[in-house]
Amino acid sequence: MSAGIDLENVCCDFGSFRAVDNANVSVRPGEFFSFLGPSGCGKTTILRMVSGFIEPTQGVIRIGGQDVKGKRPNQRPTALIFQNLALFPLMPIWENITFGLEVRGVDKATRRKKAEELLTLVDLPGAGDKMVSQLSGGQKQRVAIARALAVEPQVMLLDEPLSALDLKLRQHMRAELRAIQKRTGVTFIYITHDQGEALAMSDRVGVMSQGRIQQIADPRDIYNNPVNGFVAAFVGENNVFSGEVQNPAGGMAAFATPHGTFRARLGASAGGKGVKLYVRPEHTRLSQTRADENSIPVTISEVSFEGNFISILAISETGAKLAAEIRNDGQATVPGMGAKMFMSFDAERAAILPDANVRG
Amino acid sequence: MLRRYGPGLTLLICLLVAFWLLMLVIVPNITLFEQSFRPYLPVVEIGGPRDTYSFANYLKVLDSSVEKSLFGYSFSIPVHVYTFSLTIFYSMLVTVICFALAYPLAYYMAKIVNPKTLPTLLLMLFIPLWVSEVLRAFAWWIILAFKGPLNAMLLGIGLIDAPVRWTNMGYTGVVIGLIYTYVLFMLFPVYNAVQSLDTNQIEAAEDLGAPWWKIHWRIVLPHAKPGIASGSVMVFMLSAGSLLVPSILGSTTSQWFTQTIDQWFKDALDWNTASAYAFMLLSLCTVFVTIAMWLFKVKLSDIAK
Repeated sequence: MSAGIDLENVCCDFGSFRAVDNANVSVRPGEFFSFLGPSGCGKTTILRMVSGFIEPTQGVIRIGGQDVKGKRPNQRPTALIFQNLALFPLMPIWENITFGLEVRGVDKATRRKKAEELLTLVDLPGAGDKMVSQLSGGQKQRVAIARALAVEPQVMLLDEPLSALDLKLRQHMRAELRAIQKRTGVTFIYITHDQGEALAMSDRVGVMSQGRIQQIADPRDIYNNPVNGFVAAFVGENNVFSGEVQNPAGGMAAFATPHGTFRARLGASAGGKGVKLYVRPEHTRLSQTRADENSIPVTISEVSFEGNFISILAISETGAKLAAEIRNDGQATVPGMGAKMFMSFDAERAAILPDANVRG
Repeated sequence: MLRRYGPGLTLLICLLVAFWLLMLVIVPNITLFEQSFRPYLPVVEIGGPRDTYSFANYLKVLDSSVEKSLFGYSFSIPVHVYTFSLTIFYSMLVTVICFALAYPLAYYMAKIVNPKTLPTLLLMLFIPLWVSEVLRAFAWWIILAFKGPLNAMLLGIGLIDAPVRWTNMGYTGVVIGLIYTYVLFMLFPVYNAVQSLDTNQIEAAEDLGAPWWKIHWRIVLPHAKPGIASGSVMVFMLSAGSLLVPSILGSTTSQWFTQTIDQWFKDALDWNTASAYAFMLLSLCTVFVTIAMWLFKVKLSDIAK
């Protein structure tokens, strides 16, 4: 069983500070949904409102279509995985996992059996009698997941559960979490500030900044078609150009910058002022000759070979630093330092976007 | 220390501490311990042929039996053993009530109260401690008096019809006084223990569906056990060893074992028997605490934390 979650015009104030501002999200049953944003953007507040530790100041939260206003965390069909996991150190692993069943009055023999089942599910068979302190970081992670799954929640809420792990383990656990989610079919709401995690695991991502949801879309759309400068900058690298929109027509426009006038795709609601041009480093090309359009003469100033790609820093004639990336297909030529080249990009792959959607 | 204070001052401080420990703590105790095995004799006979070591002083506790009844069952019991048993029983009662009072307050202070108001709360708890123990005991003596404020208040709100003789109801006065005197010795260890619990664990338990009592029973209390144990040991030992409160708030029917010791010292002037009784109280209380700790599966190292 899994349930969808709907947030309708949800706001949350702490004193005079508005942590979450008018959030509207509809998470589908069985979906892996991530909230992505820098710390302090309100994503954890959303999670705590859904789990019932905080009541929204305004708005309605529905879980499985039901308004959960006034329901305590122990009355909601949600299970929260804490950032520090919050395992119970004084109980053996199996009691940790079945704590939720214990409070529901399930007898001991059934609980032991259930614990073993769940330990097998999270790939830790036979660890039931160990204590929490005997486990490694990744194992604790799995126990926390098993403990949350034990109560058969309709919604799992995960608050940056991978942030304490080292890189290798984190990547492994990403795949693991995704697999567990697919196997159990439970709705996952995942909180993270790591764009890689959000993009790799989620069905859809909600990018947040300063209490506002900036964009909700699937990972590809978030990366390829960010709606504003904040999303573009938070999810991936960019070359940013300030300038002015000229003759917009058919979704495209000319954009006048100190480096010249470029043609680019016009993002939604990017007609007015405060707009910038965003070009991702991997969407740029470096060549010896000037391209037909969107070409900037540059001097190569730094080349770093990263293995699967080559990262290049170039200085334009006006002194701006521009980044480019070349995929290493085995034959890629690495430009020499100080070489004079032209950086160009497709109009389709460059976007004119407004700044972040903030109050004011 | 040597670098900060120089050799002269360091030596002086060390000597003073050594003097204090040796001459004011260890030597008097050893002297009393040695005396407790010797008979109480006229001065001229001290060191004479009758001055030999024996357990006679300790065995005096079994003298002079009295008839008592409990739950309709009559039995004969040595009067000092009876006093000792009641002292242990009421000290336990004081410990339990102190815990019952301190735990909710400790939890409130550690997990619920706004951190900004905590210093005020702590100050309010500490201020009574600035007043001397004697004065506090007398304050309760006034509060509990027949025409005192407690009776006046209870009569006023209609809870009782006639004033109650609080200080003449067996151990009531003593128990109230001991609780008031020692409750903070329970509160602070328990507060420290609860405070060190990760709040996420309480929330995790609630999120998994636990009702509030289950959260306390399975999460908070086990975590706070070392604190509760050290608070309990302190309150129990201090209560059993208290002389002042039972002397001031005791009734005609309450006798504390320390009062018996006091009577051997001051009324009978028999320091030998008095020392024997004092060491008996100390060692039996220690044994009692050890058994209680074993029953509740508390290790000494837990308490030291």
